[in-house]
Amino acid sequence: MTELSLRLAVTFAQILAEMSIVMITVATMTYFERKVLGWMQDRMGPMEVGPYGLLQPVADGIKLFFKEDIVPAGANKAMFALAPMLTMVVSMIGFAVIPFGPNMTLDIFGITIKPFVVADINIGVLYILAIASIGAYGIILGGWASNSKYSLLGGLRAAAQVISYELNVGLALIGVLMLAGTLSLVQITEAQAGGFWHWFIWGGRPDGFFPIHTQIFAFVVFIISAVAETNRIPFDLPEAESELVAGFFTEYSGMRFAFFVSAEYANMTLVSCVAAALFLGGWNAPYPGTIFEYIGLEQLAWVEHIVWFAAKVYFFLFLFIWIRATLPRLRYDQLMRFGWKVMLPIALANIIITSITLYFFPR
Amino acid sequence: MQQVFFFYFALVIAATSVLVVALRNPIYSALALLIMFFHVAGLYVTLHAEFLAAVQIIVYAGAILVLYLFVVMLLNLRQDDRYHRQWPMAGIVGATLVIEAIILTVMKGWTAPVVVTGTEMTVGATTNAGAIGDVLYSTYLFPFEVASLILLVAMIGAIMLAKKDIGEC
Repeated sequence: MTELSLRLAVTFAQILAEMSIVMITVATMTYFERKVLGWMQDRMGPMEVGPYGLLQPVADGIKLFFKEDIVPAGANKAMFALAPMLTMVVSMIGFAVIPFGPNMTLDIFGITIKPFVVADINIGVLYILAIASIGAYGIILGGWASNSKYSLLGGLRAAAQVISYELNVGLALIGVLMLAGTLSLVQITEAQAGGFWHWFIWGGRPDGFFPIHTQIFAFVVFIISAVAETNRIPFDLPEAESELVAGFFTEYSGMRFAFFVSAEYANMTLVSCVAAALFLGGWNAPYPGTIFEYIGLEQLAWVEHIVWFAAKVYFFLFLFIWIRATLPRLRYDQLMRFGWKVMLPIALANIIITSITLYFFPR
Repeated sequence: MQQVFFFYFALVIAATSVLVVALRNPIYSALALLIMFFHVAGLYVTLHAEFLAAVQIIVYAGAILVLYLFVVMLLNLRQDDRYHRQWPMAGIVGATLVIEAIILTVMKGWTAPVVVTGTEMTVGATTNAGAIGDVLYSTYLFPFEVASLILLVAMIGAIMLAKKDIGEC
């Protein structure tokens, strides 16, 4: 029983650490997004609170915390309260299977733990897909429970959009799963060790240099579908300001509003982590091995791995903001046509081509 | 430990299944169904069928139930007497199920213990998804292909039915 309680304690500590990292990333992102958007539009961005506006996330948090919590008169109170919580929880639990650092084990008081991944389950990718598909519920329920036409329309749009695009996300990942031969994110990342050309976006084989198994088309489909699934511009139809006020969270205020917004940023971080782990080699550096190993500090190699993973994730987060600053919003029928008639055939063709190349040139 | 989990999942599944048909508000029914799907997935996890658990959530909770909610919200129906005409039918089906359950409970002592076959033993050796893939493409290849064909026919049928309303396009 002591071993069980010890395991529970270690797991809770890991969850706590992971959630803190994610929440800090979310807070950073709110600042980062406004700053980058400002620079791209030739503005300063937030400058008032703290040096260069660095304390803006703290000020925003305090402001939202003290805002009045308004519940609309005709709203369904229980569902109205449940929706933000559901969205927040779902966006958080996906991080359980993300490997932040190398697959090393640590012995503490006789039990073996993996310090950089909370749960290395053998269906990691499917777990992520399941969590992503559950994410729509919070939005739909929030839209319905608000008893407002704008919110309901936003919720319904979110449902249709998430169903259409999660299909593309799943199909885009199949090529990677075929190359790696496993569903565990840790093992998929390990299969990409050995430098830049071994990442699955290029798919170079260990013996040959020519990247015949390239997954770059799947990568592009995944990134576009991920933008759509997180309801970001140019796919932010569920919260289109010019049409639906604020979409599904029109009626929300205070911390409940903050929950929806932080869940959106957490979802962005999650899909960035998945993209980094599946296509860009996760914690692997773009050169074989690590610099710390060359200079004889093997025990510190994990620092370098984590830095590379964070760099890749922040590259994707920057990409999200970049896209937001660049592209205008799609019309609804354009969104659906793009998802079903462009993204889906590319993803299917990628599966067929990858299986053919794998048959003739097995890894 | 495993029994505690089993009884928790079984209890919640039974309770939420009753709630699905008993609740007046269709949205609440759909949510009870959602909780039930999650606990069924939990049962699969206790049986070490993680692949099935994930697929259960992706297919049922992630796709089918979202469409249900979609329809229910658009129709916004709130009639209270939806089930009144179905009482005789429900009675027949319910009675059959109760008799079946009683027979199964009584028979339980007589049946032989389940013999572990070859396929079941391979499950422990390889990963969950790998074992399912192996079995699906070797032992059960024909049923798998038939199921795919039926789904394809259903898909074409659905497209034809939907296209009819739009007319020429």
